[in-house]
Amino acid sequence: MKQFFSFVKKEFYHIWRDRRTMFILLGMPIVQIVIFGFALTNEVKNSKIAVLDNAKDETSISLIDEINASKYFEVAKNLHSYHDIEKAFQSGTIKMAVVFPDRFSEDLHHLNHAQIQLIADASDPNLANILTNYASSIIRDYQKKLNPNIHTPFTITTEMRMLYNPQLKGAYNFVPGVMAMVLLLVCTMMTAITIVKEKETGTMEIMLVSPMKPLMVIVAKAIPYLLLSIINIISILCLSVFVLEVPINGSIVLLVAESILFILVCLSLGLLISSAADSQQTAMFISLVALFLPTVMLSGFMFPVENMPVPLRIVSNIVPAKWYYSIVKSVMIKGLGITAIWKETLILLGMMFFLITLAIKKFKVRLA
Amino acid sequence: MRTLKFLLEKEFRQIFRDPSIIRIIFIMPVIQLMILPWAADYEIKDIKLSVIDFDHSPYSQKLVNKITSSGYFKLMDYSKSYQSALNQVENDQADLLLEIPESFEKNLVKENESKVFMALNAINGVKANLGGSYLNSIIRDFNNEIRLEWVQPKRLNEQPTIEITSSNWFNPLLNYKYFMVPGILVILLTMIGSNLTAINIVREKEIGTIEQINVTPIKKHHFLLGKLIPFWLLGMLVLTLGLGISWLVYGIIPLGSYFTIYIFAAVYLLCVLGLGLLISTYAGTQQQAMLISFFLMMVFILLGGLYTSIDSMPHWAQVITKFNPVAYFIDVMRMVVLKGSSIRDISYHFGIMILFALFFNSWAIWNYRKTS
Repeated sequence: MKQFFSFVKKEFYHIWRDRRTMFILLGMPIVQIVIFGFALTNEVKNSKIAVLDNAKDETSISLIDEINASKYFEVAKNLHSYHDIEKAFQSGTIKMAVVFPDRFSEDLHHLNHAQIQLIADASDPNLANILTNYASSIIRDYQKKLNPNIHTPFTITTEMRMLYNPQLKGAYNFVPGVMAMVLLLVCTMMTAITIVKEKETGTMEIMLVSPMKPLMVIVAKAIPYLLLSIINIISILCLSVFVLEVPINGSIVLLVAESILFILVCLSLGLLISSAADSQQTAMFISLVALFLPTVMLSGFMFPVENMPVPLRIVSNIVPAKWYYSIVKSVMIKGLGITAIWKETLILLGMMFFLITLAIKKFKVRLA
Repeated sequence: MRTLKFLLEKEFRQIFRDPSIIRIIFIMPVIQLMILPWAADYEIKDIKLSVIDFDHSPYSQKLVNKITSSGYFKLMDYSKSYQSALNQVENDQADLLLEIPESFEKNLVKENESKVFMALNAINGVKANLGGSYLNSIIRDFNNEIRLEWVQPKRLNEQPTIEITSSNWFNPLLNYKYFMVPGILVILLTMIGSNLTAINIVREKEIGTIEQINVTPIKKHHFLLGKLIPFWLLGMLVLTLGLGISWLVYGIIPLGSYFTIYIFAAVYLLCVLGLGLLISTYAGTQQQAMLISFFLMMVFILLGGLYTSIDSMPHWAQVITKFNPVAYFIDVMRMVVLKGSSIRDISYHFGIMILFALFFNSWAIWNYRKTS
């Protein structure tokens, strides 16, 4: 046991002495949380639009003011001819153009019918959709204000409630994803690389001839990363609660326990990679291509899994992060208990046992 | 010049002898471009709907039919109560629940007013937002149909109405892949460019071969140029490969000219490679180099406007994106490919990129030490 601890101590020294790496390992989650939490909002606001006002009458001007005053839009350009619209889009900045015909006010008040054209830059289809919707509802509200006394018969009103995340903050979606990403990075990639590094520099040989069991050598390598990850989880959770104001609605104990389970899965993956790779570069690229990309892509936190074609949806089931992401979402945001996530937990447990057995089997005691 | 030639020869030999690099250069683009755009599909469709119909009237039936036939929604089930529908949402079996109250039809006809209630799983804000507005517009259409059944339309409008027509330019089919593929190409070029150079030099540091170069009369800028040029060529190759794949697989042909893309990419690659060199002059081990470049890439890519619009970021983040080369290139790619922008339209981006390239490369040369 004493031997084992001296090995663990050695690993801590390794990490502790490489301050730059440690700094990044501990700082990365913080930066990620801040970026994801604040910068990457799904909310649409301040989209720059251009206005082509052929009428320049009272109604068109007040309607433009109305649009400009909403938090969704910012009138960035006033155009003078229809021809300018395409140019304005091509030089980049604007996302939508609003076109008023000449005699807008006259048409509206005398013919009772006037037209507005909305042209959206649909290179981003979702944004185009959302902007068109917002602009339409602003125009409709304005119209209602024009004739407040008229009550339209046979009206269906809708009442909408946004569950779990009424302010539509991006953080609710991203925090669980960032947790999965950081853990995967720290546990899998770093353990794989440190082990392969010992192989590359030749120090692995020295450790393998020590009286410690080879397996214990590897376990000793994994322990510091386990601790590091737990620190990271705690800092992520603190940040999300106190800075991003994303509450932990379920039980913290359950959340931490599930996180440790996921960490174990990641560590065994790291061990597995380390036994397959010979150089740090290979280990890095295996973790990057085989783990990191699938995690970002297929775990469901960046892109909705249900939209993907069937083969990808099937592949997504073997990505551990997908299950962990769903667990964190259920526990942290929906506030559910173990009864709701027993299936995911079992899957992760199964993955852990499978990976550990495989890693032990593959682990080579001899180097050559 | 002669020194440079020999250095280049050495670098090319090293690259071509390392099968893992070749694999990375050719397999990464194929995998990323073949798989990522399919996964990175934000198109909102098949929103899972759970209906709680307390009315069971012809109207409520008709409304549900209209919603399901729109193509955006997939009716999962009819729930008996709000609570059981909410359970469906909790288990991710439904994204949206629509409650049609008792006497929905009666109220609509007799009292001129009726109400429906919907609740959305808003953990994913975009999806909730779009789903809600789709449903709203379907209900509005339905409402208009009902109104027409009861009220004869007047020949002339009774009250002033504003008719809104909307059109989608540049991507009328709203194909999300047209939007993502150019962006993913940028990410690809960035990752390959900065990662490979950064790791390459640090590797020489780690194995110790850099010592041998340091004791020769090779000048600093010769050494760095010797590293830069091969990877620059590889980057251009990867770009060509990527453009080929996006044409063959996704049928994306830039509206603008290939020339504009290449000339911008040429400068962009210099910038990214310079960044890689810079990282390598600071890092002592491959692990460090990888972590630093990984970290920077992550910030650059996430703040590059690939997934979320830069306009909606808070002000401080928008300031950061001004210093983010990835954001400029993504912007340029989308402008040239989708909107057919010309060199003149992107001249601002182009100028900034030249400045970035100069900045990173001179910093790297300045910081590179031949003494250990």
